[in-house]
Amino acid sequence: MLSIKNLHVSVGDKPILKGINLEIKPGEIHAIMGPNGSGKSTLSHILSGKSGYTVTDGSASYQGKDLLDMAPEIRAREGVFLAFQYPVEIPGVSNVYLLKAALNSIRKHHGQSEVDAMDFLTLVKGKVRLLDMDEKFLYRAVNEGFSGGEKKRNEILQMAILEPKLCILDETDSGLDIDALKIVSEGVNSLRSPDRSFVMVTHYQRLLDYIKPDFVHVLAHGQIVKSGGPELALELEEKGYSWLEDAEASA
Amino acid sequence: MSASTQEINNLINQEYKQGFVTELETTTFLPGLDEDVISKLSKIKNEPEFMLEYRLKAFRHWQTMKSPEWAFVNFDPIDYQSISYYSAPKRKEDGPKSLDEIDPQVLEAYKKLGIPLDEQERLAGVAVDAVFDSVSVATTFKGKLKDAGVIFCPISEALRDHPELIKEYLGSVVPITDNYFAALNAAVFTDGSFVYIPKGVRCPMELSTYFRINAANTGQFERTLIIADEGSHVSYLEGCTAPMRDENQLHAAVVELVAMKDAVIKYSTVQNWYPGDKNGLGGIYNFVTKRADCRGENSKVSWTQVETGSAITWKYPSCVLTGDNSVGEFYSVALTNNYQQADTGTKMIHIGKNTRSTIVSKGISAGKAQNTYRGLVKVLKSAENARNYTQCDSLLVGDQCGAHTFPYIEVKQPSAQVEHEATTSKISEDQLFFCQQRGLSAEDAVSMIVNGFCKEVFKELPMEFAVEAQALLGLSLEGSVG
Repeated sequence: MLSIKNLHVSVGDKPILKGINLEIKPGEIHAIMGPNGSGKSTLSHILSGKSGYTVTDGSASYQGKDLLDMAPEIRAREGVFLAFQYPVEIPGVSNVYLLKAALNSIRKHHGQSEVDAMDFLTLVKGKVRLLDMDEKFLYRAVNEGFSGGEKKRNEILQMAILEPKLCILDETDSGLDIDALKIVSEGVNSLRSPDRSFVMVTHYQRLLDYIKPDFVHVLAHGQIVKSGGPELALELEEKGYSWLEDAEASA
Repeated sequence: MSASTQEINNLINQEYKQGFVTELETTTFLPGLDEDVISKLSKIKNEPEFMLEYRLKAFRHWQTMKSPEWAFVNFDPIDYQSISYYSAPKRKEDGPKSLDEIDPQVLEAYKKLGIPLDEQERLAGVAVDAVFDSVSVATTFKGKLKDAGVIFCPISEALRDHPELIKEYLGSVVPITDNYFAALNAAVFTDGSFVYIPKGVRCPMELSTYFRINAANTGQFERTLIIADEGSHVSYLEGCTAPMRDENQLHAAVVELVAMKDAVIKYSTVQNWYPGDKNGLGGIYNFVTKRADCRGENSKVSWTQVETGSAITWKYPSCVLTGDNSVGEFYSVALTNNYQQADTGTKMIHIGKNTRSTIVSKGISAGKAQNTYRGLVKVLKSAENARNYTQCDSLLVGDQCGAHTFPYIEVKQPSAQVEHEATTSKISEDQLFFCQQRGLSAEDAVSMIVNGFCKEVFKELPMEFAVEAQALLGLSLEGSVG
C-alpha cells in the first residue's frame, strides 16, 4: 500500500524528517506517536501533498506509484485521505455540496459517471446515521459554527463517503470529549477492511483504546526511534516519551 | 462542483466567449457630438418634438459639466468627439415587423450568445428585448404581454406610442442635471427598454433585456424606464456582452424605476461586458446611473447585480424611499480580475416613515484588480423609524489585488437604526488544500469557495440566471490561482 524509504523533509532550511522508513500493507493500522515537534504533522502533510515542504532525500510510493510526485487532488482521487487536525470552514458552501463535488471528482478520475442525486442522498443519509449526526449538518456550511467534535465527525463522514484506501488521521482525538471520541472511533472501526489501511497520528494513547492498531511507531526528532505492537503505546503512557528521546540521544 | 475539472478547463481555455464580432451592413454616424448630431439622431428615430428639446437641454447642460473624478478608478480622459453616437443594423424603412425581417446575422449573433429570439426556442416564461448597438432589434412575447395589459417595448417605440407616459416619467427619477454621464445619456440615448405594468397586474413572465455592443468606436447609451403602477409586480433582468476589441468602448446607461403604492420591482443584472485582456488592454467603460423611486406606500424595489465584466465599472443602483413603509434592497456581487476596476455600491435615501433598506455587497478581487464598495445611507428628518442593514464583504484571491470600502452614513432622524458590517477575507491556502485533499482541482476549489461567498446574493437571482451567474464567476476567475 504505502512504502516510505529514507524520507527526509525540510521546511525552509530546517530539516524536520530525517530518514523515515515505514511499510504499510493493506488492512493494517499503524499508529504514529510522539511528542510535540517530533514531526508527526509534517509526516501527514507530506503524504497528503500540502505545499511548503521540501523533500531532500528518500521516497514514498503508494500502490507502486511515486506518491510525492502527484498533485494533492490526484492523491485524493487515488484514495489518499487526510482527516485534518484543524478542519477549515468554508462559508456558504454546504456540506452536501462539497461531498458530492468530491465524490464526483473521484468517480470521474476512475472513469465512472457522476453519482445519481437520489443514490447520493441515500448513501449520505446512511453514513450520517452511522456517525450519529443530525441530517441538518448536511445542509449547513462546511464546518461553519461546528463544535470541535462536530468538525472531527464531519471529517470521518467525508471519509466514510469517499471510501479512501489510505486514511491518515492527524490528531483526530485532539479536542474531543470522551463521548465524541467514542463515536468517532466507532466510525473509523466501521470502515476497517482488509483493503483499507490507516495511519493514526496521535500524541496520546487514549485513542488507541478505541481503535486498536496493529503497529505502533514512536517518532522523535524526525526519526522513528522505536516500533512495536499495541503494547508499546501502553508503555509510553506509563513512562512518557522522555526515556525514548534520552535513549536516542545517548545512542 | 457539478462541472468536472475537464469541463472547467475547457471553459477556462476559451477566454471571453462572447468576444466575437458580427459583420453587418450598418447605418453609423460619423464620430462626433454637437447639436446637429443630436437633431439627426432624434430625426432618424422619428421622435416627437418634445424629445428633441429634452435632448438638447440635456446636451447644453452636459457641456457645462466636468467628468467626475471622485471614484476610485483610473482612466485616460475620454474623447467624446471620437465616438460614434449611432450605429444600427441596416433594415427596411419601417423597422422589422417580425423576426423574418431582422438581419439573419443579428439573429445568429443572439443565438450564439444563448439568447434565441425565436419565441418557439425561448425559455418559456421570459420575454426578451434585444438591443444591438444603438437599437432594439426584437422584443419577444409582445402579444402575450399585451393581453395582460403589460407594455414591454423598445423605448424609441414608447416615445412614439406612449408619449404621455414618457413625458410624465422620463427623467423623473434621474433628472438630466443629475450627473455627467446621466446628462450625456439624456442627450444621446438611442434605445433601451420601456416597461409599464398597469394597476394590480402581476407580470405573467420575467422580462429581460439583452444589450450587445457590436460596432467599433461606438458608445452604447441606453435608457430603461420601468413603471410599476399600484399593486403591480414585475421581475426584470438585463444581460450585457461585447466583442473583444483593443480600444475601450463607452457604455453610459440610465435606468429609472418607479414603484407606485404596493408595487414590487425586482431588477436583476448579469453584466459581462468585455473586461479587457490580461494586460488591461481594451474593455468597456461601464458608467451607469440606476435609480429607483419607491414613490408609493409599501412599495418595494430590489436590485440584484452580478458584475463580472467591464474594464471599469462605475455604478450605484439606488433607491429613493419616498413612500411610507417602502423597502429598498441591494444585493451585489462584483468580481474583478486582471486589471479590472470596479467602484460600485448603492445609495439608499430614506424619506418616508418606517422605510427599510438592506444592502448586501460581495466584492471579489483577483489578479491586479481594484474593487471598491461605495455606499450611501441617508435618513432624512421625515423618515421616522427608518432602518438600514448593510453588510459589505470582500474576498481577495492572491496578493496583488485590492479591496476598498467607503460607506457614507448620514442620519438626520434620531429614531433611525442603521447597521453596518464589513469583513475582508482571503481564500486561505488551508481552504484550498482542504478542497484539493478531497479531490477537487484548485480551479474548482476557488470557484466553489467564491460561489459560497456569494450565496446570499445568488439566492436573490431568478433560478436560471443564478446558474448562469455561477458559471460566469468560475470563468472570470480564470488564471487567478497558482
